[in-house]
Amino acid sequence: MNFLDLAPLAVVLPIIGAGAAFLARRQVLLQRLITIGILCLTLVLEAGMLAAVWGGESYAIHIGGWDSPFGIALMVDGFSAFMLLISTLVSLAVLFFATSQGLADGDEPGPVSVFHPAYLILLAGVSNAFLAADLFNLYVGFEILLTASYVLLTLGGTAERIRAGTTYVVVSVVSSVIFLMAIAMTYAATGTVNMADLAVKLPDLDQGPQLILHVLLLIAFGIKAAVFPLSLWLPDSYPTAPAPVTAVFAGLLTKVGVYAIVRTETLLFPGGAVNAGLLVVATLTMVIGILGALAQTDFKRMLSFTLTSHIGYLIFGVAVGGPLAIAATIYYVGHHIIVQTSLFMVAGLIERRAGSSNVTKLGSLAKLSPALSLLFFIPAINLGGIPPFSGFLGKFGLLHAAVQDADPLTWVAVGAGLLTSLLTLLAIIRVWARIFWRRAADAEAPNPELVHEAAQVAAETAAGGAQNPGLGLKLARELEAESLPWGMRYATGSLVVAGIALTVFAGPIFEFCERVAAELIAREPYISAILSF
Amino acid sequence: MSVNITFLVITGVLLAAGFYLVLERTLTRVLLGIMLLGNGINLLILTSGGRRGVAPLFQSGLAAEEYSDPLPQALILTAIVITFAVTAFLLAMIYRSWTLTSADELADDTEDIKVSQKTAYDEEEDSPVAEDTTEFVDEEGRPVREGEE
Repeated sequence: MNFLDLAPLAVVLPIIGAGAAFLARRQVLLQRLITIGILCLTLVLEAGMLAAVWGGESYAIHIGGWDSPFGIALMVDGFSAFMLLISTLVSLAVLFFATSQGLADGDEPGPVSVFHPAYLILLAGVSNAFLAADLFNLYVGFEILLTASYVLLTLGGTAERIRAGTTYVVVSVVSSVIFLMAIAMTYAATGTVNMADLAVKLPDLDQGPQLILHVLLLIAFGIKAAVFPLSLWLPDSYPTAPAPVTAVFAGLLTKVGVYAIVRTETLLFPGGAVNAGLLVVATLTMVIGILGALAQTDFKRMLSFTLTSHIGYLIFGVAVGGPLAIAATIYYVGHHIIVQTSLFMVAGLIERRAGSSNVTKLGSLAKLSPALSLLFFIPAINLGGIPPFSGFLGKFGLLHAAVQDADPLTWVAVGAGLLTSLLTLLAIIRVWARIFWRRAADAEAPNPELVHEAAQVAAETAAGGAQNPGLGLKLARELEAESLPWGMRYATGSLVVAGIALTVFAGPIFEFCERVAAELIAREPYISAILSF
Repeated sequence: MSVNITFLVITGVLLAAGFYLVLERTLTRVLLGIMLLGNGINLLILTSGGRRGVAPLFQSGLAAEEYSDPLPQALILTAIVITFAVTAFLLAMIYRSWTLTSADELADDTEDIKVSQKTAYDEEEDSPVAEDTTEFVDEEGRPVREGEE
């Protein structure tokens, strides 16, 4: 009995937890305890799994003991274990954030109590998608997470959320239909849906059918990963959801699509037949996404645009191919999940502190909310790619891999990557200057409450004078503690620290990513782990 | 492998009609479109199983080629259940949308319209900066100019 045989628990535990949390929907505290307990257990399990495959092993679990390719197999290798651990870590932080918010607001047992079960099911779907070693199981994983996400996105059922939810549901259903179409055609062409088996059999097909299957899969995953021109649904639907929901969606859902794209490009179709197309798409995703971000006045919408824009970097890494680029992509996925989630949590905090996430109404927050400014500042410059943070390291790895033997098209993409990085910094600095630095009274549509509080703090600072300069800060911190429960601040803080840890331990983590990339490109470990049962 | 051309044609028609309906703005039509898409895809998966055969339950003395392929049927079963759940959810959402807006149409995104109507001129960044002609400041650090209190 290998420890990795426990891997299916990463899916089963959250599902059991969801059932228990639903039964406990009338006992608010019990329900919270169940969800948090289950997620902690899953986290420990996945940490063990990652430790077991850290050296570069691949381990396949054949469900029910059925031989591959007939039975359903799950795959634990470095890539899937890394994604599992990061996604559970992020969801746990967001769960603390949501729980603390809910406890502070004293929400009643009722329809909103569906949040915790749906949240766990979402996580089960994400884990299933990461572990799946056959296309149809991957589809089922997608459907589990999507159905849970429909519920979470339309939580409360206000007009705005229903409108956003409709776009989201219809787009997701269409992408699932395209994915199913690809599965049906793959099965008709090869007689298998097992990914290892497909990796062996697909090269025998003619170029034409191969290309059709390849592109169909990429379109289906591209919609989920929000790759331009299939990305326009995302900024439209994400920002209206409750803050914790947006945060976890931003971190996980698009990355599941990216994960599937990486598997498609490395395992199923390793030839790089559409790399030129992917490069073009990646360039457009980066540039158009960030231009969209610059035009927004709502902070959450701006973040959604930077989210789609930075997916472009990941696609860029996949399109460049080669061990270094894939390793950098994997590292960048981890960075992107953590940073985007923490920024969306900060957006939730800003909304709570100042009553709005619309930049035109905000100001003075650096004085009014010192802890919040710090929580914003670190992930923001990390996103902008300022050294020495992980964003810089990831981008450097990607660009370094790209320029090794670059053709003109790659050079264009490299230029676009640099430009996007600069424009991200511009977008972030504009938000910083407006929300945090300028006086609340100078906002286009000033919020009287903020103006009043800013005046109070200024008066207090003046009263303290030179003898007692900390007086204004003390009042600001009291005001902050009043509106932001400590759980929300610490949950966000813990993710910010995780982002920093990704920088501090970049050496070993990047080495691990290189091992994983070498394995992905070799393909042999994956295929033999599944087929030689 | 022999292919049933009738099934493929029907699949094509169902998918085309489905995609056409999904592009509509009226939500019930979108729902009908999604149902057509689901059925079209299920038929496609069924076709991928190859020629017809005996139900795949073991009978002694029957060669393996005589059976039909059970895997696509299992896949369809899963797909049907998922489509069913999504349809039910969409129906509930459409009903909710109708209760809220008493219209069966998808509304515009107001924030999108706001952004698209915004002028390129940005008050904060593009307005000319007042030049300070004085070195005197008041208690709060703002410059005091002539003619201002």
